[in-house]
Amino acid sequence: MASSNGSASGLYSEALFAGIWRENPTFRLMIGMCPPLAVTTAVKPALTMGLSVIFVLICSNLVVSLMRNLLKPHLRIIMFTVTIATFVTVCDLFLKAYLPTMSEILGAYVPLIIVNCIIIFRAEACASKAGPVVSILDGLGMGVGFTLALCILSAVRELLATGHVFDIPVMPKAFVPWLAMQMPVGAFVTLGLILGLINVLTRKRTVPEEEPEAAPAPPAAEPQLPATA
Amino acid sequence: MDRFMTLLMGFLSVVLVNNFVFTKFLGTCPYLGVSGRIDRALGMGLAVTFVTALSGTLTWMVDAWVLTPLHLEITRYICYIVIIAGAVQLVEMYVRRFFPSLYEAFGIFLPLISTNCVILGICLFLDVWGTDNLLEAVVVSTGTGIGFTVAICIMAAIREELALADVPEALQGAPITLITAGLLTLAFMGFAGMIK
Repeated sequence: MASSNGSASGLYSEALFAGIWRENPTFRLMIGMCPPLAVTTAVKPALTMGLSVIFVLICSNLVVSLMRNLLKPHLRIIMFTVTIATFVTVCDLFLKAYLPTMSEILGAYVPLIIVNCIIIFRAEACASKAGPVVSILDGLGMGVGFTLALCILSAVRELLATGHVFDIPVMPKAFVPWLAMQMPVGAFVTLGLILGLINVLTRKRTVPEEEPEAAPAPPAAEPQLPATA
Repeated sequence: MDRFMTLLMGFLSVVLVNNFVFTKFLGTCPYLGVSGRIDRALGMGLAVTFVTALSGTLTWMVDAWVLTPLHLEITRYICYIVIIAGAVQLVEMYVRRFFPSLYEAFGIFLPLISTNCVILGICLFLDVWGTDNLLEAVVVSTGTGIGFTVAICIMAAIREELALADVPEALQGAPITLITAGLLTLAFMGFAGMIK
């Protein structure tokens, strides 16, 4: 993808912006699905999780990129995971020391960043092939895209479950909270409906370009699922 | 007898009440990605059960007998991930050597498993739940794997039917899968409160 771009600045902006929307890890690629579902009951923990992932993603991308010439094919995955585990430990200790309440809410989901597919996927797909600058930008873009997805999802869930957003009351007094939104059901259904909404929005944009006169056949919903597995 | 009941309750609790997929969202990636066909889902589930049981037990032993006495808790995550990756590698080699037909069936899933959140999840939650003896650790980690298998097989069975259903165009593919998953968790919430 990025390598086909000629100029250096184009390469950098491509690496930075791909993750934010076009290859958004949560909404478009559907990888690393456990934090978007688990920690999005409110915006604050979601934001903390997003920032932690950005930190780990940038650091691990940088380190993997620097040692990309030393990687042995059969030991690759374990070298990635050990690198990631190191930075996750740093991040976990930092949260425990400076944000103890957030650390308690996120609990085991902070160490679970280690097995978040996004980070290994980026190490494999980008950092083990590209230079350090592109890898850092790629990590930043992917991380921001992930954080954005977490914030959108958690804002909807927090609003409907408590009537607050970021702990600030926004709904009128008469609003009856939907407790179901805080439960696992709320996570799955909200994410499903948001993906459906994105399907509708992107279809409006792509259909007229591809087949202006064709019969109303259903291929429009297809571009959604390139890399689910 | 009392001991046996505790173990049985612990087992049922991780299979039904605290099912990792439905209540903790762990292993959602394969749950949504590999649940298209029921035979592949079963293969994935069995492979995960096997590795979960093995690495849950191993990490519990290392944690309780090595890391805690030596006050090396800070290296816990790195140790866990190395043990899991090692266990996966070992299982892969062993199965390939001695059960070639099983290896054919597991084949592609085994390498994927080392980054499955269920496995690191059970290693971490054994610590969170304060599991304090080896037998309990073995039973709970096996139960977690079985819970995952149950979840992914139910999902695959529903999705095989869903392929024939008339789904609104905007919801085709991933969205309807997620909504189905949501309804399934709602069904499994019926078990909540059955065991404390």
